Amino acid sequence: MQPTLFSSIHLTVSQLTFHIRKQLENDPTLQDVWVEGEISNLSRPASGHIYFTLKDKNAALKCMMWKQDAGRSRVNLQDGMAIEAHGRITVYEPQGTYQLAVNLIQPKGEGALYQEFLRLKALLEAEGLFEIDRKRPIPAQPRVVGIVTSGTGAALRDMINTLRRRLPLVQVLLVTSPVQGVEAPPALVKALQSLNSLPMISDHPTPDVILLARGGGSIEDLWAFNTEQVVRAVADSKIPVICGVGHETDFTLSDFAADLRAPTPTAAAELATQTTLDDLRDLLTSYSSRLASSILDLTAEQKAFIFALRSRLKYVSPERRIQSEYQQLDEFLRRAFSAMDHRIQLQSNYVNGISRRLFSLSPEGILLRGYAIVTRIEDGAVVSKVAQARGEMKVRVSDGEFGIKCDVSSKNCES
Amino acid sequence: MAKSKIATKPIEELSYEEALTELESIVESLEGGQNSLEDSMKLFERGQALASYCGVLLESAQLKVQKLAGENISAFEEESE
Repeated sequence: MQPTLFSSIHLTVSQLTFHIRKQLENDPTLQDVWVEGEISNLSRPASGHIYFTLKDKNAALKCMMWKQDAGRSRVNLQDGMAIEAHGRITVYEPQGTYQLAVNLIQPKGEGALYQEFLRLKALLEAEGLFEIDRKRPIPAQPRVVGIVTSGTGAALRDMINTLRRRLPLVQVLLVTSPVQGVEAPPALVKALQSLNSLPMISDHPTPDVILLARGGGSIEDLWAFNTEQVVRAVADSKIPVICGVGHETDFTLSDFAADLRAPTPTAAAELATQTTLDDLRDLLTSYSSRLASSILDLTAEQKAFIFALRSRLKYVSPERRIQSEYQQLDEFLRRAFSAMDHRIQLQSNYVNGISRRLFSLSPEGILLRGYAIVTRIEDGAVVSKVAQARGEMKVRVSDGEFGIKCDVSSKNCES
Repeated sequence: MAKSKIATKPIEELSYEEALTELESIVESLEGGQNSLEDSMKLFERGQALASYCGVLLESAQLKVQKLAGENISAFEEESE
């Protein structure tokens, strides 16, 4: 086109650039846009802002990300990486360039998945699958722990090591399943169902809790846990489910449907064993000491009781009675002896009197009073009458005897 | 009534949980102090046996890992590092 020298529009560079800027910045499409491309010329100067170029086969777009947005980004940017960047188009006037001021970056493909995530989340949420009321308590001390995870990989090893360290009394029942790829969702569903229908297929005790786990990965890697069939199987499980998928920042719909969400597989195993071996040791120690002290209490009680009984027994003991009986007996004896003494005294007085009387009646006593006993020598007969006197006779007086001769002529009989 | 508290099941047939539950009820019963002396002594002896049994189980516990595949349950061999 031939320039019109007399065109009415004459602008300085600044004015034109300002005009372009106004055009771009007033376009709503350019102010809230997702742009898909591959990173190149990535530069991270000391300022903390990030500069790169997004390009595809035919075009390139200068991009910059302010320090505060860059700090929030969880994507580790690298040249060649396919990403989706969200931001607005701005114009850098000193260089006359336009650029995308990026505030959010996600790996390519995540956007569509995220939309699907939100759609399914809203759907299942409306059905009430994520209600708090549905959450069942996790048993503090499970006997059997079901694990659904990949048979290879760190997640299984981490969970088994954690369970072994915390509560080796536990029995683990493992169902291995692919955890990514198209075969993962139906396999995960089948694994959850087989643990739930265990009594029908074996006599193994049913798990008290199920750990559904997977190690970290990209959102595509974790996607099986966002599929409707897996989320529903988690919600349908009769056995409480702890979901530990990916890392702390990863949330899956299975997490929402599970009875408990764990940030990692290891954490899932920890949450499944709230009571640990140490807790059980402590509990046992406390029972043992309570047992010992209860029996000590009982023994002390019994001792006190026996002591009380013993003193009461002493009080009612026949010993006192025996003592008092003894006393009475002593008294009786004393009285008996005293009575006997009295009798003996009386008897002895009597005997003395009798002896005195007896003595006074003895021939010796009579002789003392001047009487004499005359006996005939010839026959020893006592001469008590005159007629008996004849021959030689013996006269006994108090202190001896002497002989006499009878003078018959002088016999004189009084009667 | 106190009699019935003295279980007769041999201790070695109990699971850890059963043994611990019984130990707990024995401790509570003894602390309640409603038993005859003779029953108390029996409960105490049973309690001591249960406590040492639980202790042995705790210290000798080995995590048992089994694998369920279809309808088959088998021991799971962990990969060595």
